[in-house]
Amino acid sequence: MEKILMKGNEACAEAAIRAGCKCYFGYPITPQNEITAYMSKHLPKIDGGVFVQAESEIGAINMIYGCAGSGSRCMTSSSSPGISLKSEGISYIVGADLPCVIVNVQRGGPGLGTIQPSQADYWQATKAIGHGDMRIPILAPASAQEMVDMTLKAFRIAEEYRTPVMILADGLLGQMMEPVSFDNKSLPEADSSWAANGHANSRPKNTINSLYLDPLELEQKIKERFKRYEQITEKEVGAVYDKGAKIVVAAYGSTARVARSAVDKARAEGINAGLFRPQTLWPFPKKQLIEATENAKVVLVTEMSMGQMVDDVKMSLEFKLPVQFFGRTGGFVPNPDEILTKIKELEVSDNA
Amino acid sequence: MPDFKRPHALVDIPTHYCPGCTHGIIHRLVAEVIDDMGIEGDTIGVCPVGCSVLGYFYFNCDMMQASHGRSPAVATGIKRANPDKFVFTYQGDGDLAAIGTAETVHAAARGENITVIFINNAIYGMTGGQMAPTTLPGQTSQTSPYGRNPNTEGFPIRICEMLSTLDGVAYAERVATIDPKSINAAKKAIRKGFEIQKNKKGFSIIEVLSTCPTNWGLTPLKALDWLKENMLPYYPLGVYADKEVRS
Repeated sequence: MEKILMKGNEACAEAAIRAGCKCYFGYPITPQNEITAYMSKHLPKIDGGVFVQAESEIGAINMIYGCAGSGSRCMTSSSSPGISLKSEGISYIVGADLPCVIVNVQRGGPGLGTIQPSQADYWQATKAIGHGDMRIPILAPASAQEMVDMTLKAFRIAEEYRTPVMILADGLLGQMMEPVSFDNKSLPEADSSWAANGHANSRPKNTINSLYLDPLELEQKIKERFKRYEQITEKEVGAVYDKGAKIVVAAYGSTARVARSAVDKARAEGINAGLFRPQTLWPFPKKQLIEATENAKVVLVTEMSMGQMVDDVKMSLEFKLPVQFFGRTGGFVPNPDEILTKIKELEVSDNA
Repeated sequence: MPDFKRPHALVDIPTHYCPGCTHGIIHRLVAEVIDDMGIEGDTIGVCPVGCSVLGYFYFNCDMMQASHGRSPAVATGIKRANPDKFVFTYQGDGDLAAIGTAETVHAAARGENITVIFINNAIYGMTGGQMAPTTLPGQTSQTSPYGRNPNTEGFPIRICEMLSTLDGVAYAERVATIDPKSINAAKKAIRKGFEIQKNKKGFSIIEVLSTCPTNWGLTPLKALDWLKENMLPYYPLGVYADKEVRS
């Protein structure tokens, strides 16, 4: 298959268009601008294609609410501070059961933080992406090719389970150029019989809404949504991992690429290390982690944050294994030798 | 004399509006226009947060409920994906002129081909009568108990005048629902907004001066008098924009 050299951000945008996404609403923010720029260049050339540079992140996510609510496949993207602004809209989108894809090309925070790569939005994405009893699936690509593959997957999950799906990338993945291939699969036309796009006097009216003043009705809505979360947990979690390692390094996204190098170096030196890389952060691949750590004495979580995935690793393992952390934050990408040094320390203490 | 019937676009259920409130009249006018133009099957309405939050129960066309102030952005998303459908928002003064100012101004500036029905009753109704961006100087409310003091609370916003300066606004008119004559004029203005949309001419906004007897603490009739005496001088009725945005 033909390979094209593309930035992760551009690959994501192209994958969305090939998946059949015709509508994009966004707002400029570094380091995701290539997605917005790509969409502005290509969508207007497509029949029915819509590109709007919104007045704000809040405007963009609410345009998504309207567009998705009218049954059109749509996407927005942003980076960390912008995702905080979208949080209200995401909650409404969940409350109204609308499918859409949201890309977060993470930068450092809190506040304006930095435009350098970061993974400091893990908690926000997996635990508190909006107010209310809710979750959204979080996909974690680790290459430009996965930016492609997961974009297609994100739209499929969004439409199958009627939920927004987030692609949680980082500034490094977004900016890095890598060869990618597209398999030209577009998604089938999604069911939009529920959408508010004009009843044409041929069906009862449709209403897109998240307000339920009757507690019983709201509770039932939420419980029905959590049943879908159970199905997502059953069918859509993903991870790639080595088996049988004594020291398991757990990392996602760009950090997993660095960790892979560190693990390979450790193995070359005779250390039984392995990598566990979640591809979904919510739901967290618990079963896969348990399998990856069958022989493990210790788990080392590495992230571009102060250790936001650590709790999910500990809880997935039911606190049966020691879990250590090594990370860089503030915009630093850890280098393989830093992680290798930590692996060696654990190897020594493990043998002691 | 035509039959006075419930418009088909208005659902046959009681509304939650307080007695004497003019929301009911304005709902009816919008529904009559939808009926008259025969566009119920091609219309999507967006209701706000505020007194008309439950508006999705009352109109027979497809409806969306938006978060506070975001209706024009939601309407943009609908309209861009469905350029041949009619999209209207129905918003109050807190929703449109306070928390949603950015969405309002930019939908107008982009010349979004939508119709905004703006209910200005100079107060937050649903939350119990707080000061609105359109509360008049000296007017008391729950959060301006000594009367709105422009020195500390600033000045009311005249939305039609403000938006009329934008090139994207094809039509802006302020009307009222105080007597049969003004109600007829209000319907004509709403029809004009939908016609502008039909001809893809750009953004249209119809501001309707409205009463809130409950939170003004007045009887429905006295509320109408208060509107005439206090709101009409500050918010003069009339057409503020009627221009070619796109041909």
